[in-house]
Amino acid sequence: MKAALFDYERPDGLDGALALLSRDDLSVRPVAGSQSLGPMLNLRLVQPDLLVDVSRLPELTGIRRDGDHLVIGASVTHARLEDGDYPDVTGGALARVAAGIAYRPVRNRGTIGGSLAHADPAADWVSALTAMGASVVLAGPAGRRTVPMDGFILGVFETALQPGEVIAEVRVPAFSPAARWGYYKVCRKTGEFSHATGAVLLDPPRGVARAVIGAVSGPPLVIDDPAVFTDPARRDAVAADRLATSSIAGDPAAIRTHMVALARAIAQVNP
Amino acid sequence: MTKTITLTINGRRVTAQVSPRTHLADFLREQQLLTGTHLGCEHGVCGACTLLIDGQPARSCITYAVACDGRAVTTVEGLDADPTAAELRDAFSAEHGLQCGFCTPGMLVAARDVVLRKPDADDRQIRVEMSGNLCRCTGYVGIVNAIRRVLDARKTNAG
Ligand SMILES: Cc1cc2nc3c(=O)[nH]c(=O)nc-3n(C[C@H](O)[C@H](O)[C@H](O)COP(=O)(O)OP(=O)(O)OC[C@H]3O[C@@H](n4cnc5c(N)ncnc54)[C@H](O)[C@@H]3O)c2cc1C
Ligand code: FES
Ligand code: FES
Repeated sequence: MKAALFDYERPDGLDGALALLSRDDLSVRPVAGSQSLGPMLNLRLVQPDLLVDVSRLPELTGIRRDGDHLVIGASVTHARLEDGDYPDVTGGALARVAAGIAYRPVRNRGTIGGSLAHADPAADWVSALTAMGASVVLAGPAGRRTVPMDGFILGVFETALQPGEVIAEVRVPAFSPAARWGYYKVCRKTGEFSHATGAVLLDPPRGVARAVIGAVSGPPLVIDDPAVFTDPARRDAVAADRLATSSIAGDPAAIRTHMVALARAIAQVNP
Repeated sequence: MTKTITLTINGRRVTAQVSPRTHLADFLREQQLLTGTHLGCEHGVCGACTLLIDGQPARSCITYAVACDGRAVTTVEGLDADPTAAELRDAFSAEHGLQCGFCTPGMLVAARDVVLRKPDADDRQIRVEMSGNLCRCTGYVGIVNAIRRVLDARKTNAG
């Protein structure tokens, strides 16, 4: 349970971090809260030569409002999002999701960007931010680009990040005052990773009726069909259909659990 | 491969050479001889190694010492004079909140956080907040009751 040797740098700014991350003579990885990378290093599942600490980069630690978006720096911790010291645009949804991640000592260090880059399909932000219609801003040697969440997570531990790129920011569109958010995470033990996730956003003034089934051993399944909110038979049919072609297709118990997670999330938005 | 770090440990300024792969708990136990911080799982799950970094609870097994340069680390040894920790130590004794004591340093740090951050917690909330700390011998009833006792006493004293 001890990590293999690695070197460590903590540059002062994002440009310095990107310069180190573009080195191709070493295996280099960013590290933020080390709450996912730490276990992997200790178990020697990963053995990088150099870690570049991005957790204190000023460019990655802010939260700001930009028009109709909340822009969250990649190195903002789950605990800060839980505590809510920012101009929330989600009616408390971000805080609610954050509070359900792991345990407070993990949330004090673990970050939103680290969670998305790690891309565990069972991770809370992976499902929740997809349902919120968020996008991620990636910074790399060739500049910045913005990728929608639905398209950023490509598979298990697999994202659209290219070598040398980091997540700089997460952009969350503002909910309208009429928006309703539903989130249900099936766990046996409080704070553990999800066995099945339902995440839904119903925001009629913005024309949003998005349902997401997460923790499917692959990218979250996005269902853009308003009828699943009102018609339980349709909800189950659509969900069963999507799950039948997902990575858990051969596992009827898991399919059932995911259908229940979705149904419970939808129940939260239906008055 | 070593780095020089300067940090505050239980109020004392320390400069030390660390290998980046050394996690904070090993650094404290083996280089600083502060063995109050216990190690169970070494991958973030059991909570035995929980201590304070800049006043906030954190896992010292998946936080590397090198990343704590400039930070203030408080271990269970550093909580001797802390009033909340003192109330909790008394309550853990009174309520049989420990048996072998292996989980206790992490329990005290996590419990202190509950008392300070969730003063109105009911028993269910205490259990949710403490769910990241595993005890393999006392059982949780005594631990929950100990935290309950401190929260109740604080309310009585405040009212
Ligand atoms: C006991 C335990 C329980 C947990 N339970 C849950 C849970 O229920 N739900 C949940 O969602 N999560 C859970 N987690 C994971 C936790 O949320 C982590 O904080 C998170 O997954 C990773 O964030 P981090 O900042 O610690 O990233 P790190 O561990 O530092 O890094 C993770 C990965 O992301 C990369 N990375 C980090 N930052 C960036 C960046 N800005 N750009 C590009 N790549 C980057 C790293 O190279 C690494 O590959 C749990 C963790 C533990 C230890
Ligand atoms: S030893 Fe750190 S959480 Fe178990
Ligand atoms: S008192 Fe023995 S593990 Fe908790």
